[in-house]
Parts: sequence; structure tokens; C-alpha cells
Amino acid sequence: MLSAVVTGLAESLRRLGSGAIAAIGRLGYAARFFVAVIYESPAAFARLHLTVREIYFSGVLSLIIILVSGLFVGMVLALQGYDVLQRYGADESLGVLVALSLVRELGPVVAGLLFASRAGSAITAEIGLMKATEQLSAMEMMAVDPLARVVAPRFWGGVISMPFLAALFSTLGVFGAYLVGVRLIGIDPGAFWGNMQAGVDFRFDIVNGVIKSAVFGTAVSLIAVFEGFDAKPTAEGVSSATTRTVVESSLAILALDFVLTVFMFRGLT
Amino acid sequence: MSDSSAPASAPAPTSPEIAVELADVTFGYDRHPVLMGISMTIPRGKVVAIMGGSGCGKTTILRLIGGQLRPRSGRVMVAGQSVPDLDREELYAMRRKFGMLFQFGALFTDMSVYENIAFALREHTDLPEELIRDLVLMKLHAVGLRGAAQLMPTELSGGMARRVALARAIALDPMLVMYDEPFAGLDPISLGVIGQLIRRLNDALGITSVVVTHDVYESLKMVDYLYFVSQGTIIAQGTPAEVRASSDAFVRQFVDGEPDGPVPFHYPATAYRAELFARA
Repeated sequence: MLSAVVTGLAESLRRLGSGAIAAIGRLGYAARFFVAVIYESPAAFARLHLTVREIYFSGVLSLIIILVSGLFVGMVLALQGYDVLQRYGADESLGVLVALSLVRELGPVVAGLLFASRAGSAITAEIGLMKATEQLSAMEMMAVDPLARVVAPRFWGGVISMPFLAALFSTLGVFGAYLVGVRLIGIDPGAFWGNMQAGVDFRFDIVNGVIKSAVFGTAVSLIAVFEGFDAKPTAEGVSSATTRTVVESSLAILALDFVLTVFMFRGLT
Repeated sequence: MSDSSAPASAPAPTSPEIAVELADVTFGYDRHPVLMGISMTIPRGKVVAIMGGSGCGKTTILRLIGGQLRPRSGRVMVAGQSVPDLDREELYAMRRKFGMLFQFGALFTDMSVYENIAFALREHTDLPEELIRDLVLMKLHAVGLRGAAQLMPTELSGGMARRVALARAIALDPMLVMYDEPFAGLDPISLGVIGQLIRRLNDALGITSVVVTHDVYESLKMVDYLYFVSQGTIIAQGTPAEVRASSDAFVRQFVDGEPDGPVPFHYPATAYRAELFARA
């Protein structure tokens, strides 16, 4: 009886250790993959049309979901914000509340989450299917490195698109808040825009927001291309890789947001 | 029919007449051995088939020749160069002299037929667009699909896709073309067309062809020499005439399509009677 318990415990420990080693090994592989993608990037940029094409697929085709979501998030923020602010007679601060929420946090984070779901999953599925149908092997046998031809353009397409998408999300959010706050509720437009202009700092708020979105874009793009390249070459493998991209990207965005916020805004507290 | 490593009529291994040479090659994944001491020579200008059942290591041999895998031991020589010893640049330079047709074509699905053929030309040459166009149309004409240049891969039948992949494989006028199961899943007409094209292109362009397949009937019609691989070793080899006349049990099972023989019908298991009555 006792020996069975000890054996079971030892087996559990062995599995835990084996899982930890595998996870660390995969993290190391992902880091080497990242370095390899960076190394191959000049070759990818030499054929700029490949990266431009990926900016179109990752960025332009994500515009609808980003713009519509930004508009609605801004409208909801205005309604909720007005409800609280008017209790303290501060309803004219609605513009600055919405703008800071969007530029500092919601713009980069929600746009990043939407980008991971829309573009990240598509990148993983495309690269994974290329692997499963031996297109990547065919490329290698034609003496063309898939990292330079397929992976690097998709990675940079995502990295470049993400800050623009986050900026557009915030812009549409502010516009949505204007529609609700000024046009629907009736807040004075001068106070709405004036307080926003006075309360939003270019260096602390806008630049930090752009940095955040660039970091999220890098993380999501790296996870997407890595999961696609590392996917098992089967239908189930590609499906799992696509799911992992969305889950890992979402967690990475939220964790990185906390870390970045601590460093960026500690001087203000 | 013999079971030695080199064809009786083949030149010596060091000869420039040898396109590919494998000497005592072993390969495996972790503890699972795939190839155990494979030796073969493929003379220049010949069409050589590597045959065997599914999962016997045929495709692994192609990947070793192409440098996508490294052997655990043994020698893999292509055109006098040791493939495992090449660095990345040298390996890519060597692959420019290769063509490979994958099992289901592996055409780039986001490119048209025309762009698929032009891909290697654009990547590795600075040829003007007019010349690339002419070369692409010539390759497509050779496989009878010049009229399909603007179609997308999803609009092609299995046989057409295989022919486009063949045109792509010869785009850079390679010295060696490797075919991975070129006949798999094709109707009889397409199968005959692909078989004829492999032979005709090999002779017309002066290339060397290695065909991995389990289609005995089609192979015997068009190859110069055959190797039979089973459980990681070469168990028989010979010319088509020698294979037809062979009395070797494995070759006979393979050629005659017998369900049972040296390759057993049943997966290894405990005795049937013992397992059935084990619960009693």
C-alpha cells in the first residue's frame, strides 16, 4: 500500500519534472526561433512587397473589426463614465477619462486581443497548413529559406500593423464617446475636447500607448509565426496550434500590459 | 537479381558517373531505427526506383539525399559531395541543382500555376520577366499544361497538380530530380502520363531521377533499376527484367500483390487463441 503511494507520488513528480523540462525547452526553441527570424529579416525586407502584402492581410483586413469595436467600446465608456462622473458634478471630464482609458490601456490591450484573434490565428493556420501540405519542405528543397520567405514577412507585417490598429481603435473610441457624450447626452463640446487636450500628455500617454501596442504586436506576431512553424503537420495539429496562438497571445498581452504599466506610469503615482 | 549494395552494371562509387551514393547509412528517430545500413548507387542519367511498403523508410532516403535529415552513420554523397558535411550555404547551393516532386504536389496555394513555376526562377536568377515567361511556358508545355498557366492550384485535378509540380521541379534544369510517391492517388490515365513524363523528361534533359513509389506495375515500365526496401534494409534489387524473373519471396509478394508473405498480413500480436480465451 505504502509502496504504491510512493510509486504514484514519484510518477507524479517525474511527470511534473518532465513537463517543466519540455516547457523550458520549448521556450528556448522559441527564443532561438525569434533570433533566427530577426537574422533573416534583412533578406525579407529586400523584397519589400512580401511585407507590404502581409501588412495588407494582417492590418488592412483587420480594420473592420478594430474600427467597429473601438467605436462601441468608446460609446460604452462614455455611458458608464458619465453615470459615475455626473454624481460628483465632474461630467465635463468625460473626454479626458475616455481618452486616457483608451490611449493608455484599452486601445493597445483590446486591439491586441482582437488582432490576436483575427490576424494571429490566421497567420498560424496559414503557416501550419503550409507545413502540413509540405509547401515549406518544397521551399527548402528549392533552396529558399521559409524563415526569410514566409515567416519574417508575416512577423513584420504584424509588428508594423499593430500600433496603427491600436491608434485607430483609440481614435474611433474617442469619436464614439463624442457621439454619446456630446451629441446624445449633451455635454458641452468645448469642455469635452478642451479637458481632453489638457489632460492627455503626449509623452506619458500617447507615446507609452504606442510603445505598448508595438510590444503587443511583436509578442502576438512572434507567437503566431512560431506556433504555425512548430505545428504538428496534421489537421488536429494545426487546429491546436491556432488555439494555442489565441490563448498564449491573450495571456502574453495581459501580462506584458501589467509589466509595462508598472514601468511606464510609476512616476505618476 | 542480387542483394548486394551496387547494381552489377553500375560504375565504381568514386566515378563521376555516379549521381548519388549511399554507403552503409543508418538513421532513426530517438530509439526508433528507420534505416539500418542502407547502401545504394544511382548512376547519372538513369531512372532508379526505391520501392517498399508504407513506412519502410523510402521517403527518409530522399530526405537524406536532399540534406533535410542527417544520417546517424554512413555516407551520403551527391555529385561527389558529402551532403551531411555541407554547411547551410553549400547545401542551398547544391539544392539549386535538385528538383523534387512531393507526394501531393506541394504547390504554393496562394500562387497561380504560372507563379509556382516562376518561383524558383525569380528567387535564384535575375532573368528579365520576358525570359521568365518564356521559360515557364516551355516547362508547362513539356507537361502539357501551357493552357492552365493562369489557374490556381485549387482548380487543378490531382493529376494536373502533379504535372505542374513536375514542371516546377525541372524549372531550374536540375541534375537530379527526386519523386516522392508520384503515382499516389492518381487515375490510370494520369498515372500513365506521369510515368511517361518522368521517363521522357529524364532522357530529354539528361537528368537523373530517383522515384520513391510502391507502384510496381508502373515502375517496371519506366525505370532502369529498382531497389526494394523493407524494415530499414535493402532486401532485393535489380533491373526490371530481373525483378520480373525473380523468385525472391518478398519481391514476388510485392510484384504479385499478395496480402500475406514475408510482409505479414497481421500486425505482431499475441497468439489469437490465447488472447481469445485469456478471459475464460
